[in-house]
Amino acid sequence: MTLLTLSGIRKSFGAVDVLHGVDLAVEKGEVVGLVGDNGAGKSTLMKTITGIYRADAGSIEFDGTDVLPLDPGARRELGIEMIYQDLSLAKQQDVASNIFLGREPTRKLFGLFPGFIDKARMDREAASMIARLGAHLPSINRSVGSFSGGQQQTVAIARALTFNPKLVIMDEPTAALAVREVQGVLDLIRRLKSEGIAVILISHRLNDVLAVTDRIVVLRHGRADANLATARTNMSEVVSRIVGGGDLSAAAMHEQRG
Amino acid sequence: MAHETAQPGLWARAQRTSVEQLHIRLESFIVLIVLSAVMAVLSPFFLSLSNFLNILLATSTIGVLAIAATYVIGSGGLDLSLGSVMGLSGVAGAYVAVNLGAPSPVGLAACILAGSAAGYVNGQLITRAFVPAFIVTLGMLGLARGLALVISDGRVIYGLPALMVYVGQGRPLGIPMPVIIFVITAIVAHCVLAYSKFGRHTMALGDSESAARAAGIRVERHRRILYTLSGALAGLAGMLFMARINSGDPTAGLNYELTAITAAIIGGTNLFGGRGSILGTMIGALIMGVLQNGLNLLAVQSYYQQMAIGAVLILAVFIDQYQVRKESRV
Repeated sequence: MTLLTLSGIRKSFGAVDVLHGVDLAVEKGEVVGLVGDNGAGKSTLMKTITGIYRADAGSIEFDGTDVLPLDPGARRELGIEMIYQDLSLAKQQDVASNIFLGREPTRKLFGLFPGFIDKARMDREAASMIARLGAHLPSINRSVGSFSGGQQQTVAIARALTFNPKLVIMDEPTAALAVREVQGVLDLIRRLKSEGIAVILISHRLNDVLAVTDRIVVLRHGRADANLATARTNMSEVVSRIVGGGDLSAAAMHEQRG
Repeated sequence: MAHETAQPGLWARAQRTSVEQLHIRLESFIVLIVLSAVMAVLSPFFLSLSNFLNILLATSTIGVLAIAATYVIGSGGLDLSLGSVMGLSGVAGAYVAVNLGAPSPVGLAACILAGSAAGYVNGQLITRAFVPAFIVTLGMLGLARGLALVISDGRVIYGLPALMVYVGQGRPLGIPMPVIIFVITAIVAHCVLAYSKFGRHTMALGDSESAARAAGIRVERHRRILYTLSGALAGLAGMLFMARINSGDPTAGLNYELTAITAAIIGGTNLFGGRGSILGTMIGALIMGVLQNGLNLLAVQSYYQQMAIGAVLILAVFIDQYQVRKESRV
């Protein structure tokens, strides 16, 4: 069953054309790796899915709904979550505030005024979410800016998973992590897949992409240039599709060393 | 990292708890106490109930403006037009009541409406025309003041109806009306900022606009509401001031944005957004009130008071930035 269908997505910023008509489909519970050179348009494409950018042309259908006219909040409601490369955390706010940002559970103040935050419930649910991820944070009431990079990422992941998403987009989730933490993220992706949650993984670390995905889509010059089943491809093919032919073996060697 | 293994000292822990739980810089509270103690020693009149009410009365206008400053600065914005909009609002209310002969409630509402309108224009220009808040509100500082002078023909409008004057000079149970209105406004503003979705989103917006946007908060709409709210509060301050001096003065609120922003910053509002509390701002406003009151009691010329306020603003930001640098990981 197809969860997400992009067709003919175009996006330009002023005179710069970034996406020239991208087609992409993601099945329910599928893990798709999105790779491509710097400037290929990976992050831009993902932001058109979450609604941060509005596509100039094309269509995006998610779970049977045309999401193109929806704002980011409405798309989150449908089950599209993204873990941004910069994590997009509000660093001076605490853990629960970040996890529930935009979706705070509310109650009536003095039983009269609506729109007030149920902080106790937020803290409780935030703590249980962090625990479910098997992570430890110094304190749930500290501002997240005082946490280490890995701890901050835990908060960003918890935010993406708390509201039962159907699709989680991860933009370079392992770029800033230590080896042990990288394994944690890869295990998490496998777990999401087993729960039927689709994942789009953007990464420069092709070893990770090959290890964990079902399919690899190569974005090149603003188009989905290749669509490879992970089981039937290898490092050098992926690299060659990223750089667009040329000296294959040298490129693969370079990638393996890096 | 060596010092991290040691237990942080009592002072450091109290500082952190105060900032994290109450969003107040502990220092500001101590400054207020020390300042009050010094004033009490220097002037025998300082520690009296009537002087205490005087301080609150003088603080009420600045306090309301400082609440507006806390919301806007906390959201990563800036409103330099607070003082001018306050002046415009007072003149608008007085004009409607005196020159147009409207009943008092209409005159009072006109103050708030005029302020809201100015704030609404600010918000529209900032979020739809993409002119930086600094420029828009600086422009509004000139526009609103000019408009106040045009409406009043450069003269003070006298002769407010009795009910309007009561709002400024009435004393139910011996407490001045402006103080009552100010305290109620502060309590509501505190509850909204600290415990409501709207307030939390305001601070998250100032903390990281991209995070707020990604979370689905309608950032531009939120900012428009904030600037309109800021204008409405400036209107309320204008109303209180007009009623207290029993006239619509086109020069009312001159340089008050300086004092209001200073009060918010002293109270722990992060100049760049993301942190701030009404509780802290009230302490900041009281520091400004005590400072002005004390300098008045000591018969210090008002020119020096302006200098003192400016110096306090720079000092407060310096201390805040020093703390932030010390605490940040990078």
